[in-house]
Amino acid sequence: MELVVLVKQVPDLAEELEIDASGTDLAREWMSFVASEWDEYALEEALQLRDEAGGRVTCLALDTGSVDELLATCLARGADRAVKVGAFERGPDSHTAARAFAAALRTLPHDLVLTGVQAIDDLDGQVGPLVATELGLPHVSVVTHIKLAGSAATVHQEYAGGLVAEFEVDLPAVLGVQTSREAPRYAPVSRVRQIMKTAEMEQVDVAVAAGSGLTIEAMSVPETGRAAEMIAGSPGAVADRIAAILRERGIVKA
Amino acid sequence: MSNDIFVLVEHRDGAVAESAYELLGRARELAAATSGAAVALVAGAAASLLASQLGAASRVIAVEDASLAEFTPAAWQAALAPLIAERQPLLLLVPNSGSGMDVAAGLSAATGLPLAAYAVDVAIAGGSPTVTCQLYAGKINVRVRFDGGRGIATVVAGAFPAAAGQAAGSPAVERVAPAAADARIRFRRLIRPEAGGVDITKESILVSIGRGIGEADNVELAERLAAALGGAVSSSRPVADAGWLPRTRQVGKSGLRVKPKLYLALGISGAPEHLEGMRDAELIVAVNTDAHAPIFGVAHYGAVADILEVMPALTQRLGG
Repeated sequence: MELVVLVKQVPDLAEELEIDASGTDLAREWMSFVASEWDEYALEEALQLRDEAGGRVTCLALDTGSVDELLATCLARGADRAVKVGAFERGPDSHTAARAFAAALRTLPHDLVLTGVQAIDDLDGQVGPLVATELGLPHVSVVTHIKLAGSAATVHQEYAGGLVAEFEVDLPAVLGVQTSREAPRYAPVSRVRQIMKTAEMEQVDVAVAAGSGLTIEAMSVPETGRAAEMIAGSPGAVADRIAAILRERGIVKA
Repeated sequence: MSNDIFVLVEHRDGAVAESAYELLGRARELAAATSGAAVALVAGAAASLLASQLGAASRVIAVEDASLAEFTPAAWQAALAPLIAERQPLLLLVPNSGSGMDVAAGLSAATGLPLAAYAVDVAIAGGSPTVTCQLYAGKINVRVRFDGGRGIATVVAGAFPAAAGQAAGSPAVERVAPAAADARIRFRRLIRPEAGGVDITKESILVSIGRGIGEADNVELAERLAAALGGAVSSSRPVADAGWLPRTRQVGKSGLRVKPKLYLALGISGAPEHLEGMRDAELIVAVNTDAHAPIFGVAHYGAVADILEVMPALTQRLGG
């Protein structure tokens, strides 16, 4: 079973995002990046499926010049192979990314392609269905359960209200993973560093048209229309104030 | 090519989903600005029967076939892509739901129409659509325009009022056979959540916990607080994913929509998927260690503090 995982980095939301002077992009100079959360679930599922069914897990990342650590972390977690795709100044839009991944996948064996169901920055849609359609493969997003059975997979797609559809999908296919059966496994930093020094990352060159067909007119910090009245002080003082508010409003007895 | 605004209608068990009304209401306003029509696009085995629930649409296109009895991403894409490519609506609005994400991105790649995802607003400016998209877990809005003037948008639940899309009447129906079939994905069954002991949609007080709860053992702190308040414990997605609470307690896009008198959001950052399930609560009090957490944008009261300290203190203040 050839399992391929598409991974990428996204801005770290633990740090404040700022809009640059143009008003149409984030201020990227000091931005720090982390692995996209849902891609980590996709990798964990791929590793679990390989451990059940045998085969190989290959991780693909678009080469933005700074994905060695991302791919080394995939290897440290147990991926068998890491491949850098193309050459990009920065992470491109989802449509461009999908064309690049599709071009790479045409040269790599793949029975099942997994990626995160979404990313916090996929303005022009999710990469999974875009890649699948480029390759003419079936795709299922918001997947919470995967079981392999011969040349097909049984998957669950999640809807609102906890409803779940069970599908049987012919392979090869592309799945957008919402969550993994277990929390993504931990890779010790020392192991990641060691792999970064020693492992040879493979490289696949691709030539694809760039662009999503969208033009960004403006970025803004959303107006919420309601800003919380903030309660300051110690946890005890916060508890005092919340208790008082609930009494004032008659939610709890005075 | 047309100036029409298409709405992809989701439905289940013979009933049109709330999202369809939210989108149709907006589509009508947009169509008035483009001198086009608001068109409801429905796929299913008996799609035309839903027309009587779609009075807000100028007309209904029903893509009907026995093979469309149950949703699959492959069947929908095969049936709809040629239709969208041929009709060239000015805009296709799709709910940003479990199925809508697959359909919208698949149609974008298949037709070459651009896609704007996570839309919270759609307008017409200079005769073509502009779409405001919510990115970075709700921290940044991005307003975009389609380069060719036409495109697809996936719209988050609750972006527009459903009332504007609810109207009596049964619009004209155009029945269409699917242009192509794709059986590479086969529907097997629908799994409904097991009814739990607690129905969080009926509780008037919810103590809702998120990632900030840290570990399973701490859930008890929330249970005690809920007992002191006479409410129930609910959660955001990570807590349900970890198995610390049953899925029936999950609030948000893939969980339930709640509207309690009091929603205590504890250690919940407030991703858009969560906010769409609870933003209509009468009183929202949020406690989180991150002062920039989007939950403070919808809360009435907020505190930057550790919930593991606030919960027992509040329980004690309430005599629990």
